[in-house]
Amino acid sequence: MTEIPLKAKDFKSDQEVRWCPGCGDYAILAAVQSFLPELGRKPEDIVFVSGIGCSSRFPYYLSTYGLHSIHGRAPAIATGLSVSRPDLDVWVVTGDGDALSIGGNHLIHALRRNVNLTILLFNNRIYGLTKGQYSPTSEPGKVTKSTPVGSVDRPFNPISLALGADATFVARTIDSDRAHLIEVLRAAAEHRGTSLVEIYQNCNIFNDGAFDLLKNPTTRDEALIPLRAGEPIVFGDRRVVRDATGHLQVSEHGEPVVHDPTDLELAFALSRLSGVALDHTPIGIFRSVEQPTYDDEVRAQTDDRANEDDLQALLTGPDPWTVN
Amino acid sequence: MVTTPSKKTVRLSRVIVRFAGDSGDGMQLTGDRFTWESAANGNDLSTLPDFPAEIRAPQGTLPGVSAFQLHFADHDIVTPGDAPDVLVAMNPAALMASLPLLKPGAEIIVNTDEFSKRNLTKIGLTTSPLDDDTLANFSVHPVPLTSMTVEALAGFGLGKKDAERAKNMFALGLLSWLYHRELDATEHFLNDKFARKPEILKANVAALHAGYNYGDTTEDFVVRYEVAPAPVPAGTYRNISGNLALSYGLIAAARRSALPLFLGSYPITPASDILHELSRHKHFNVTTFQAEDEIAGIGAALGAAYGGALGVTTTSGPGLALKSETIGLAVALELPLLVVDVQRGGPSTGLPTKTEQADLLQALYGRNGESPVAVVAPKSPSDCFDAAIEAVRIAVTYRTPVLLLSDGYLANGQEPWAIPDLADLPTLNAGFATEPNGPDGEFLPFLRDPETLARPWAIPGTPGLAHRVGGIEKADRTGNISYDPDNHDTMVRLRQAKIDGIDVPDLEVDDPDGDADLLVIGWGSTYGPITAGVRRVRKEGKKVAQAHLRHLSPMPKNTGEVLRSYRKVLVPEMNLGQLALLLRGRFLVDAVGFNQVRGLPFTAPQMQDVINEMLEGV
Repeated sequence: MTEIPLKAKDFKSDQEVRWCPGCGDYAILAAVQSFLPELGRKPEDIVFVSGIGCSSRFPYYLSTYGLHSIHGRAPAIATGLSVSRPDLDVWVVTGDGDALSIGGNHLIHALRRNVNLTILLFNNRIYGLTKGQYSPTSEPGKVTKSTPVGSVDRPFNPISLALGADATFVARTIDSDRAHLIEVLRAAAEHRGTSLVEIYQNCNIFNDGAFDLLKNPTTRDEALIPLRAGEPIVFGDRRVVRDATGHLQVSEHGEPVVHDPTDLELAFALSRLSGVALDHTPIGIFRSVEQPTYDDEVRAQTDDRANEDDLQALLTGPDPWTVN
Repeated sequence: MVTTPSKKTVRLSRVIVRFAGDSGDGMQLTGDRFTWESAANGNDLSTLPDFPAEIRAPQGTLPGVSAFQLHFADHDIVTPGDAPDVLVAMNPAALMASLPLLKPGAEIIVNTDEFSKRNLTKIGLTTSPLDDDTLANFSVHPVPLTSMTVEALAGFGLGKKDAERAKNMFALGLLSWLYHRELDATEHFLNDKFARKPEILKANVAALHAGYNYGDTTEDFVVRYEVAPAPVPAGTYRNISGNLALSYGLIAAARRSALPLFLGSYPITPASDILHELSRHKHFNVTTFQAEDEIAGIGAALGAAYGGALGVTTTSGPGLALKSETIGLAVALELPLLVVDVQRGGPSTGLPTKTEQADLLQALYGRNGESPVAVVAPKSPSDCFDAAIEAVRIAVTYRTPVLLLSDGYLANGQEPWAIPDLADLPTLNAGFATEPNGPDGEFLPFLRDPETLARPWAIPGTPGLAHRVGGIEKADRTGNISYDPDNHDTMVRLRQAKIDGIDVPDLEVDDPDGDADLLVIGWGSTYGPITAGVRRVRKEGKKVAQAHLRHLSPMPKNTGEVLRSYRKVLVPEMNLGQLALLLRGRFLVDAVGFNQVRGLPFTAPQMQDVINEMLEGV
């Protein structure tokens, strides 16, 4: 029987999408739906697990299996699913509050274990579903409902955090750049192990324009630094070079650094180029290395070769006695 | 071995022995071995390990005392006993900590080598209790255990420290002589334990024999004792602790339901041994996941359950608190999930190594919203096996989280167990959904089984059944997100009705003549002491009825009827009245609590007194 190739519409559920009009999540949903047929997997073999927040409604809008769980815990739940079901393609959809605040612990532990998961972290630098409080990626001084005179929190850099947890695949992309988003999704999905994809996503209600610097045609070329494996890191009329001490800096002259996604130190240094101001923001794949995955190694230790006799022997133990 | 014929043997019906020493003295091991010897001798038995939470508390101090109590008898017993008949005290702290527990006239075997001025000062004594009249009411056997062990091991090429460490085997040898025990089984055990350390093995075996021979030759011991085997039904038996029985119950239940077993757990006393045990049996299709925290432990278990595994998480009270939100999610998802709470003293960190049963209300109600779960509680160490199987039956059949409430006493206590034949264990069919169930060929993930009200367990990978579920309220039948007021009311009632409708056996009442005025009802590990107390009262010629609740949610259908058929109802609990509150609230009966939270199980005399007090008021 010849199978008809699936199309984006085959991955759309019958549920009405309920994000605010203009939300960046729509663009990400459309990109994921149009990418999923490329996986070559049937919808029933794909599972999307999410936590709580605007982004975490994502599974309802796909025709795959979906589990909308509780705040911050999606990586833990997905770990149990991925370890016990190697036949499935398990995705996690989360946000900056869900993954980096309440669920920070689960995120770093999934990353260090290298569980076979693809984690999409929608970063809009704000709490949207609770109507506009600052998040762990908000810029210092952010004025929100819970910080009327400005937040004093220092934010996480999600890429640096993931690299610090020794994540084997770390990438960043932007909701509005569909081609780049799909390119990164493709690489993330192909990667065996935990893939973390940070997606800059605009919340047009509570944090509109957070990433305009990276989207506006007049500024983006000066700010966005595309990373491509094996290629010199150049953008606009500038480049990333090493200074005399070996540190990375942006310059108009000098020998550009060639990107190597297997070089953890380079990846970390690149992640530090962009501060909260986003003025030098690398996008693309920071790190991609093949390492044993947690779930493969756990399964290698587990089997069902014990039979009924073994079980009876286990229950009986080494020192039984018989009463006649 | 030749036994001096001049030593006479006295037959006893039952004996309570307490081994007490420093945390590093190997008292748990010594007690454990003596327990095995008693079991091999055919005695019925019950044990109570009593040790501090610190791994090595300061040496020689009262907080550092680690004890192991064993009750063995020629008849059916149900508790680790109250006042010990025999104390083995390895140092002054162990002696003084145990003294208030002893029966008047009890025999004390005391290691005199440790009664140095320095050790006495550690527990605030200026003179040795061996030299004044502190022990006047006891029969004291002063034995220089340490130096005699070192002497016996001279020529083994061991350092003094290593030689001294074998003194617990000397003590075990002496006790083995005193109670006519064979040493073979313990030698076998030592062979296995020290297979890779031949010098240590030789030393321990030598110390064991030296202790035995010392009893045989010294004039200090003139009497040996014998406790005849207890008459028990024919069968093959072994000793088992609650945590081990529970682990085996989980493995057996998974096998009988043809489901892979997935344990997500975070180390916590006194539940960790279940994680350790299951981690040793991965070829039974057991996966163990030591999570980053309690929440991830249950999260992973729920994720595995969603994927079609038997998801289990194990914890104690503080961990159960952390798992609350995920249990709520499992209630909303209506997936099978087993949550094992080995209760310990609370609140907060409380008493990590001591027992308590104060998590009942947390288990039943410790979540937001109307969040009903099934709750099952084992009544003895070996019953943890059957209770685990029962909990799995309910979880799988009704697609619901089930809380299994063990406790520290059951977890570490041991008793003989009639090893079941696998063929006698129930089989379970997980019954995964394979076909759409809707009238128009669609899949309705929340269309219920009319009898059990369980929803389909449709696992990922099943074609045609892909669906989305979550913690947000779902529309009846379709499972789609719904904020409809009537639907929410319906769903809340349906989830409750599903739990209320779980098929559980009727409450059995032990009321020999059927005309007692007083019913004693308990749950969990108090079964042993309550039963022992009831027996004592009946021996006095009085009437009392007893019932024990294994199912706390739902309770058996006849519970109210049983309670109302007695003039008085007594509820002994190791909490401040949690079951009593439920019984009073649900059945409008004047249930009277007896409550104590001392970190220790009730004793038989205590139960006897309480029952008698109630009877006098009848």
